[in-house]
Amino acid sequence: MKKETQYHRRHWLKQVQGLGLIAFGFCVNPLNVFAKKADADEAIRKITGGAVIKDGKVTLTIPPLVENGNLVVLKVSVDSPMTANDYVKAIYVIAEGNPLPNIFTAYLTPRSGTANITTRVRLADSQTVWAIAQMSNGSFWKGSAETLVTLSACTELV
Amino acid sequence: MPASAKKDSIIEIRAIAQHDMESGFRYTESGKLIPRDIIRTFTCTYNNVEVFKADFYPGIGANPLIIFTTVAIETGTLEFTWVGDDGYEAVNQAHITVS
Repeated sequence: MKKETQYHRRHWLKQVQGLGLIAFGFCVNPLNVFAKKADADEAIRKITGGAVIKDGKVTLTIPPLVENGNLVVLKVSVDSPMTANDYVKAIYVIAEGNPLPNIFTAYLTPRSGTANITTRVRLADSQTVWAIAQMSNGSFWKGSAETLVTLSACTELV
Repeated sequence: MPASAKKDSIIEIRAIAQHDMESGFRYTESGKLIPRDIIRTFTCTYNNVEVFKADFYPGIGANPLIIFTTVAIETGTLEFTWVGDDGYEAVNQAHITVS
C-alpha cells in the first residue's frame, strides 16, 4: 500500500511541475514583445490608412542611452519649406515598446515656420520610436530612432 | 517666446504646464490601479487663428513641455490652451510686437 501512495504522490508532483513549466513559458513568452510591435504597426496603419510611407525627410532625435525613462527629451524635425502649398500637416510619434503606441500628435500649419517639435516623453523599454509626417500633398514620410532605457517609466510603484 | 520680432521671422515658443500626467498604468502599493488623468490637447492661437495643436497621450512625461515654432506675421496676442481629463483647462497669453 505504501509503495502505491508514494507513486501517486510522485506522479502528482510531476504534473504540477509540468504545469509550472508551462506557466513559466507563458511569462517569458517572446510573443509578448512582438505584440507591442504589432500594436505599433496597427497604430501606424490607422494613421496612414495603409498608404505607402516613404523613408526620409523626418529626423527623430532621442538620446541613445536613457538613464530614466520617465523624462526623455524627444525632438522631431521634418525637412519641409512650410509654405502654403507644401507643408507638414501632422507629425505622429509612435513608440514600439510602450503599453500604448501613440505618444503624441502635432498638427502644424503653413504659419508654423518650421516643422521642429521638441517634447519630453516616457519610454517603457529599450525600443525603436517612429515619427510619421503627413504632408499637405497627402504623402507620408517616416523616420525612427532607437534607444536603450535603463529605468523603465511604467513600472514604478507609488 | 520673444516679446518682439521682425516681421515674418520664425520665433520659437516653449510652453510648459504643471501637471502630473498620470498615465493610468501605475499601481498603488496595495495593488489598486491609479486612473488616467492627463492633459489631452494643447492649442496655440495667434490673434484667434489656430497655428498649432498637439494631442497628448499617456506617453508624454509629467509637466508636459512643447517647443514649436511659428511665423511672426503681425503684432498681437498668442493664446495657449491646455485641456485635459477631469475638466482640466489652463489658458495662458503672451503678447508679441512685430515690426
